[in-house]
Amino acid sequence: MSYVSHNGAELRKILETIGIASPDEVFASIPEALRYGSPLAVGGPEDEESLRRDLAFHPSRVTFTGGGIHRHYIPAVVDAIASRQEFSTAYTPYQPEISQGTLQAVFEYQSMMAGLTGMEISNASMYDGATALAEAALMALRGKGIERIAVTRSTQPTYRSVLATYLAHTGQDGIREIPFDPKTGRVDLRALEESISPDTALFVQSPNYFGVIEPMEQIAEIASRKAGFWGVVITEALSLGVLTSPGAFGPDVVLGEAQSFGNPANAGGPLLGFLCTRKEHARRMPGRVAGLSKDSEGRQAFCLTLSTREQHIRREKATSNICTNQGLCALRAAVYLSAMGPRGLREAALQCAAGARYLMGLLGDRGIRPIFSGPVFNEFVIPMDEGKRAGLEKNGIVPGIPLAGWYPEIGRAVLTTVTEMNTQEECRCLADNV
Amino acid sequence: MEIPKELYYTQDHEWGSVEDGMMRVGITDYAQHELGDIVFVEFPEVGTVIAKGDPIGTVESVKAVSEVYAPVDGEIVEINEALADTPELVNQDCYGSAWMVVLKISDPSQVDALMDAQAYRAYVEAEAK
Amino acid sequence: MSGGQRVTRFPEIPEPLLNVRSAPGRNKRMIPAPFDASVVEGLSEAGGPPSLPDVSEVDTVRHFTRLSRLNYGIDHGMYPLGSCTMKYNPKIAEEIAARLARIHPADAPAMGRVLKCLKTLEQMLQEICGMDACSLWPAAGAHGELTGMMVIRKAFDIRGEKRRTVLIPDTAHGTNPASCTIAGFVTKNIPSGPEGYLDASALGQHLNEDVAALMITNPNTLGIFEREIRVIADLLHANGSYLYMDGANLNAVMGVARPGDMGVDCMHVNLHKTFSTPHGGGGPGSGPVLVKKELARFLPAPFIVRDESGGFVLRARPSEESIGMVHSCLGNVSVCIKALTYILSLGPSGLREAATVACLNALYLKSRLKDLFDLPYATPTLHEFVLSDARQKGRGVTTMDMAKALMDFGFHPPTVYFPLVVAGALMIEPTETEPLEELDRFIAAMEEIAETSREDPEKLHESPRAAPISRVDEVWAARNLILTWSDERIQPGEKGI
Repeated sequence: MSYVSHNGAELRKILETIGIASPDEVFASIPEALRYGSPLAVGGPEDEESLRRDLAFHPSRVTFTGGGIHRHYIPAVVDAIASRQEFSTAYTPYQPEISQGTLQAVFEYQSMMAGLTGMEISNASMYDGATALAEAALMALRGKGIERIAVTRSTQPTYRSVLATYLAHTGQDGIREIPFDPKTGRVDLRALEESISPDTALFVQSPNYFGVIEPMEQIAEIASRKAGFWGVVITEALSLGVLTSPGAFGPDVVLGEAQSFGNPANAGGPLLGFLCTRKEHARRMPGRVAGLSKDSEGRQAFCLTLSTREQHIRREKATSNICTNQGLCALRAAVYLSAMGPRGLREAALQCAAGARYLMGLLGDRGIRPIFSGPVFNEFVIPMDEGKRAGLEKNGIVPGIPLAGWYPEIGRAVLTTVTEMNTQEECRCLADNV
Repeated sequence: MEIPKELYYTQDHEWGSVEDGMMRVGITDYAQHELGDIVFVEFPEVGTVIAKGDPIGTVESVKAVSEVYAPVDGEIVEINEALADTPELVNQDCYGSAWMVVLKISDPSQVDALMDAQAYRAYVEAEAK
Repeated sequence: MSGGQRVTRFPEIPEPLLNVRSAPGRNKRMIPAPFDASVVEGLSEAGGPPSLPDVSEVDTVRHFTRLSRLNYGIDHGMYPLGSCTMKYNPKIAEEIAARLARIHPADAPAMGRVLKCLKTLEQMLQEICGMDACSLWPAAGAHGELTGMMVIRKAFDIRGEKRRTVLIPDTAHGTNPASCTIAGFVTKNIPSGPEGYLDASALGQHLNEDVAALMITNPNTLGIFEREIRVIADLLHANGSYLYMDGANLNAVMGVARPGDMGVDCMHVNLHKTFSTPHGGGGPGSGPVLVKKELARFLPAPFIVRDESGGFVLRARPSEESIGMVHSCLGNVSVCIKALTYILSLGPSGLREAATVACLNALYLKSRLKDLFDLPYATPTLHEFVLSDARQKGRGVTTMDMAKALMDFGFHPPTVYFPLVVAGALMIEPTETEPLEELDRFIAAMEEIAETSREDPEKLHESPRAAPISRVDEVWAARNLILTWSDERIQPGEKGI
């Protein structure tokens, strides 16, 4: 297939205008010694039907997988709006006069994220929850007096890994990890109290990787008293539909993963990192941000603002190197939140929680209980050996995510997730086969 | 371009006026013009001890962010709070109401190393070429 | 409305903020309810519903549809943005990528096929770039740069060598130095020569044992092929340093020359540029990193490998030397699948044709515009070129004015005020998918702008006049910083602020 429009006559006209005899002369400025003499050994060209045939993908019959990426009901309007080419093919809105659609949608996304998290401002998105955490840590370290980062061990392991990668160059002597109570799955509060000080930036995920809801009031009390900076990490944004908004606890930042808002699992990505904070931190906040203004006739108009902190102006002193972010995913989130509304979001969240309890009940009847006693939202950890798990998978039932790789101390267990996309029948199917 | 005769100047386009062992510091007309409309100004805390060449503030416009550097060693004794609400003063009155910080000079001999108005004018004209 | 009757194609402005239409009970959505939620009523500690607008489906669709009509997109017309490669986004790629929607990354049986496709993409990108190994995890070009620079840093750390300087040409994109800083380097600016080339003979003075790498873009942001790149690579290698390439401009050389053959050790590509995945109004993009054999073991975890049964799986860390993870999962997977679809659609001949016509279209524009506008470099260029406002400035017309005027002709402006080495730069890259009529339309628009700047320059200060809104007060935005609709300074209602 070729997406070049020119026919022979048009190409000839172009060659004449330029003043060359054949198309390959355009490459005259590339030294002969550097020319690649053979055709590229890549596949194709393939027609569209062949592509449709060759590139087919099929999900398993029944899945209870979460762990930072979630399967949720997405209203049909989300695809309908996001596939409009005016949104999907548009460039970054550097020229606001012809990008008001993107800019207003971003402003509305920022408004809704700030509102849901209970914070004052939000950026326009980050790559994912893990890089949002890494950027929040760098943001904290840029502030006065913060020398080290502490994070709970029950925070998503892939996030802690990315955080370590980003911090490897800051001269830190490692990230302080705060252990969890092996019985409840919640953070060990005494260890927390001992681990942090005014030179520490603390990050806590709730609900945590095990699905357990952390004791936020007590954590907030300790953090506000002892930490120099602290943030709440959210990997299941839908939890904001029903749990107390994290801003109420007074953190400096609330960040994480908003993929649950209108973005499908997509075999892993694209995702939607978010970062919300207080107005006083606006100039230290990484990422793009859209602001309200007016045009020369006084009409409502939006534009990117605080750009001087960003890479294209500040260059080596920028707050972040982020340029292209997850714009269309943020649009999808805005449409999703609009389509769901306050009652809808809450109901979807309650369904997730109810589903988890339903499945826990069925498993409990068969003597399989969560290994942690702490309260959960919609995910929980159950003991399961690898043979059983692999066997279920072969039969088209994916019971959850194995934990032993990241948590050897927990051993043979899986993180099981239930959402409004599962059915009672699927739960019975898992329970009967486990 | 305005370059008041009685002030001292630096190569980074700061001006300083000296009185009773104190130096009042701001940015010059050339600097504010290059930056464009100022949207935000930020300073370190009163009491901060700084060396010549250390940043004593940040000035932000829509197209650039610039540091303001200390012309001499000293201690910040006063900052201009008015600029927090009306940063545009820097464009309107950079030598008057848009002064930025007052430093207590710790080494008066450093003042002699600064440019006078004539030297600064020559410097700016050369740089503009 | 000021200035009399105004006819506009965009009756939607201003579209009120979404929360303006909100009223309790307007949203009637039925949520899937497979479970009995009465068991969890007590869970709701929030004390109230989440803070969101309450609007109907029709409200949602009308609101966002009207917003979309305020945007320009590639299906409207050309986006001649230099170094962005805004080429047409094939619809078949969207259709294929949509098949991934219901697959969860932890669904291992389903992921086998996805990983196979990702592995195929890795191999194709390696072939196109002449490199030995690839990681698809970085979610954007800047993310790829950061990853690549961390790989280089790790290579030195492992050897016990502490090198902290990276040389960056003055024509580099802003993400280059920003990425270096995050990776823990200090950057040093290298001036380009008077013809726009990096001068290899002048490089020697900057090389020492603290130099870790030089970051090059080739062709550079002036559209010029760095003819001495092989010499530069050899000098760096002799100094024990690496050559990093920002692959943003790969579209100019696909199938014609390969960065690996130029001596590049580490590079990233932008799938949302060269490989035609849609720009999304600001992402998602994808910035895969490619390296030579020597650096392969430092690439980010995990790795796609074949297991005993011949299927594709992920391995956490085959070598302890990986820099670790740079993304919580597998990067922007559906963007990768779109790029794979694009490469398979075009095949080897199509990729080479794309590069050829990209250069032809750019040279066509340049040959027709260079007599009207200042062309700062007479040096031959490939897929993009830079003009400046030097000839119009005398009459008070700037690059900004000309960019805004182009909107009135129905175009998105080119890149403006970049690269920094040209004052008032206009960086123009049409790409290969622009039809001749569109190129001629652009030339006609630029000719008219040049004429207006001679006859009636004041007119250009008022542009755009046919866009949904006129010039935005960015100073007001930055001074007031209204970033959400909860800001008390927003007057609720249809008129905006």
